[in-house]
Amino acid sequence: MLYKLSLKNIKKSMKDYTIYFFTLILGVAIFYVFNALDSQTVMMDVSQSTQELIELMMTILSSVSVFVSFVLGFLIIYASRFLMKRRNKEFGIYLTLGMSKRKISLILFFETLFIGILSLIVGLGVGVLISQIMSLVVANMFEANLTKFAFVFSTSACIKTIIYFSIMYLLVMIFNTISVSKCKLIDLLNGAKTSEKVKLKNPYLCIIIFIISSIALGKAYYMVTAEFLTLQNVTDILKPIIMGIVSTFLIFWSLSGLILRIVQSLKKYYYKGLNSFTLRQFSSKINTTVFSTTIICLMLFITICLLSACLTIKNSMNANIRELAPVDALFTQNMNMDKYYDDYRMYGYSDTQIKNSHYTAKEMFELFNYDITSYFKEYIEVNIYATSDLTLNHTLGSKLDSIRTEFPFLAYDTKESIMKIGDYNKVARFYGNNEYSLNDDEYMIVADFESMVKIRNIALENGEEINLFGHTLKPKYNTCQDGFLDMSSNHINSGIIIVPDNVINEDYLIQNYLLGNYKTTDKEKIIEIENNINKLDNNPKANDYLLPSGSTKLDIKEATVGLSAMVTFIGLYLGIIFLISSAAILGLKELSESSDNKERFRMLRKIGADEKLINKALFRQIAIFFTLPLILALIHSIFGIMFAIKVLEVFGTNELLPSIVATAIILIFIYGGYFLITYYCSKNIIKERH
Amino acid sequence: MENILKVDKIEKYYGSRSSLTKAIDNLSFEVEKGEFVAIMGASGSGKTTLLNCISTIDRVTSGHIFVGGIDITKLKGNELNKFRREELGFIFQDFNLLDTLTAYENIALALSIQSASVKEIEAKIKKVSEELDIKDVLNKYPYQMSGGEKQRVASARAIVTNPKLVLADEPTGALDSKSSKMLLEKFNYLDELGATILMVTHDAFTASYARRVIFIKDGKIFKEIHKGNDTRKEFFDKIIDVVTLLGGDLNNAL
Repeated sequence: MLYKLSLKNIKKSMKDYTIYFFTLILGVAIFYVFNALDSQTVMMDVSQSTQELIELMMTILSSVSVFVSFVLGFLIIYASRFLMKRRNKEFGIYLTLGMSKRKISLILFFETLFIGILSLIVGLGVGVLISQIMSLVVANMFEANLTKFAFVFSTSACIKTIIYFSIMYLLVMIFNTISVSKCKLIDLLNGAKTSEKVKLKNPYLCIIIFIISSIALGKAYYMVTAEFLTLQNVTDILKPIIMGIVSTFLIFWSLSGLILRIVQSLKKYYYKGLNSFTLRQFSSKINTTVFSTTIICLMLFITICLLSACLTIKNSMNANIRELAPVDALFTQNMNMDKYYDDYRMYGYSDTQIKNSHYTAKEMFELFNYDITSYFKEYIEVNIYATSDLTLNHTLGSKLDSIRTEFPFLAYDTKESIMKIGDYNKVARFYGNNEYSLNDDEYMIVADFESMVKIRNIALENGEEINLFGHTLKPKYNTCQDGFLDMSSNHINSGIIIVPDNVINEDYLIQNYLLGNYKTTDKEKIIEIENNINKLDNNPKANDYLLPSGSTKLDIKEATVGLSAMVTFIGLYLGIIFLISSAAILGLKELSESSDNKERFRMLRKIGADEKLINKALFRQIAIFFTLPLILALIHSIFGIMFAIKVLEVFGTNELLPSIVATAIILIFIYGGYFLITYYCSKNIIKERH
Repeated sequence: MENILKVDKIEKYYGSRSSLTKAIDNLSFEVEKGEFVAIMGASGSGKTTLLNCISTIDRVTSGHIFVGGIDITKLKGNELNKFRREELGFIFQDFNLLDTLTAYENIALALSIQSASVKEIEAKIKKVSEELDIKDVLNKYPYQMSGGEKQRVASARAIVTNPKLVLADEPTGALDSKSSKMLLEKFNYLDELGATILMVTHDAFTASYARRVIFIKDGKIFKEIHKGNDTRKEFFDKIIDVVTLLGGDLNNAL
């Protein structure tokens, strides 16, 4: 009997449940897809290091999953409590008929069970289908070839999904039982009748609060963008965040009081069609939904920033490899380490290694009986010099003090890397970068790490001269020039001082670079060469002689690809979950409002409002509730993304536009989809049946 | 006199062929312009069905209803809404005011649906609020008003668009006797101003304010009495006589 009753209840309230059910399916499907990502890689041709990265990614994704399950759990509990509240009257009738609270709990238990099982089955089905498409995405991410296409099913992800969601549903059941046992009959029966009183807020107070919170929000925006460089500690960033959250809430609070007043004064607009009705509907509800609107706004904000930042990182990183790893291999050999014996001792080099550090990279390889250059089609060798007479302190010159107050945490005692202009031009030619020329009394700085470039430019603009090995040099350019020596996946060259060749004192040589392109282009052969180089570490000589450290295009590429895939998947996972959660809360709220408003719409029909007018009013009403948090979230996001760009500067942010477009597409698709579903379901609810 | 409403041999059946209920059975009558007509009948006599058919909320099984010469049983979809919007005014037992709007906005809504200009809305509401004595409550919300005030606001909303026909469904049903009396006096006043009112009630006191009372029993017209030159008291006694004759649950006089 109870069993039948709950089945009937589900059928009857399907309209209310549609969005809830839809969200559950989506939640289950996404949960499965992201936890089953590793199963897609099985059929791909990936190297050992990529495989390791994938394992790391899965570990991170599963801890993210725990967080996601908290978000989804919160959503499910919220939604089910919300749907339960709508049925107070029904429960009241059951109670007056003498049904025990235990039995009502049992009805709810069965309902949750049905919905849970059904959503798990359908959701897993959808998830398995989506993950087939995902395998293409994964292959594309890891730039791997799909060796074969096979239908994949991840049993472990499936079991994990079932366990996680079962726990969530169990929690819902417990919550439901608690709230049923707590409720009072009188409240259940009268719940529907106590209509909300329309409280109008004091307009002047609203205006004042609106202005104050707008200013506070502006200040928070300013702090995270213009004053970005002063944010040094984690606690510094908390201040604008808290300011942002509080002022978001207050803006919605004051707007709820203001919008009505403003539009009311526009009489022509207010008394047109059902505008007055729509607006009143909106303002009567926003009083009670300011809090949830704020939450939704903030969640949307996080979603937008997360998605666009992650996609930017991914795009930029992939673009960076082509630019920043222009040659196949680069080897660095520390030289003359005995000059700074103590320093190198501290870094953990052995005595003999320090003593035997008078070989170039090429010579060192030869010492190990390995002729590296025979594998190279072309190669160059360049040197780096350094002296404790030229540190960042010296290059910043008279600007040091003012810069030091602004950026107290820079390592000002770091010795600058110095390069001959001839050597640098060799590298530049090899990399395909710009070459330069210098007069005998000139120096220049090449750098590509934005924040350092800005700091160095302050000194260069001021024409700070440097003293090096008895020469006084003045800057040729008043800004840093773009360029780099070390290969990496990001723009991290914080500055190399380039000086005329004759200035250099060879005693201060500290590093020798060997750069080359392989003869072969076959990936397998390259891997073999690099494995052989790595094997040199096992040679007993390695204890006494320091081998050159290498960074190769292949290493950088694989690390980058893995990292960018990781970032993308985590971003997508969290972003989509946040997005569906906030859209689902809004949708559920609006649907239940629509059933509450059924009576009002019937009244409108009786006084002659036609369907077109009523649908328009309904559409506007739902649109306002969906767009209001979105608008503020978008404004937040402009500054949030600006902030993210600065944080992510090292990754390069030249690929911002495509990721914003991609984010917009995801947003429109999911959020817009929820909006349309809500609208059509609401329309169905208020439809008059003859 | 011009006929505003002509009900021509209408029938309304409910149920299937095996268990047919004739809610209205071959019923005809006419209402002239400026008349104030009450329809009385016991519960289940078909009076609400009749009102629903006239107001196009329900459809007749057969027969025709003409309002201002238009056969409303032939109207469809948005024509129906247009008809309701422009030709009819409704007054309901439970007021049906929108609780989120003030009295002024509730009345204005009926006009703004017809795309009236702000100026027109202001002028008309000013006039109607004086006529119905609700100027003081215009800025109040329904929950701040008494039942009588609410019903007068609802009446104002019904007549502000100058409808051909005002339909009132048990307008005093939710009011105490003092408020009822006040409302009905306003109806009389509106009637004098030229409004055509068709009121459904089961209360003899309420009906006695009308100029003509039509009694319905089992879906048919049972009797029809005119006020003529009688005083309200005399007319009330006449109504009571018919009610007694009718029996049923219509004997809750006074």
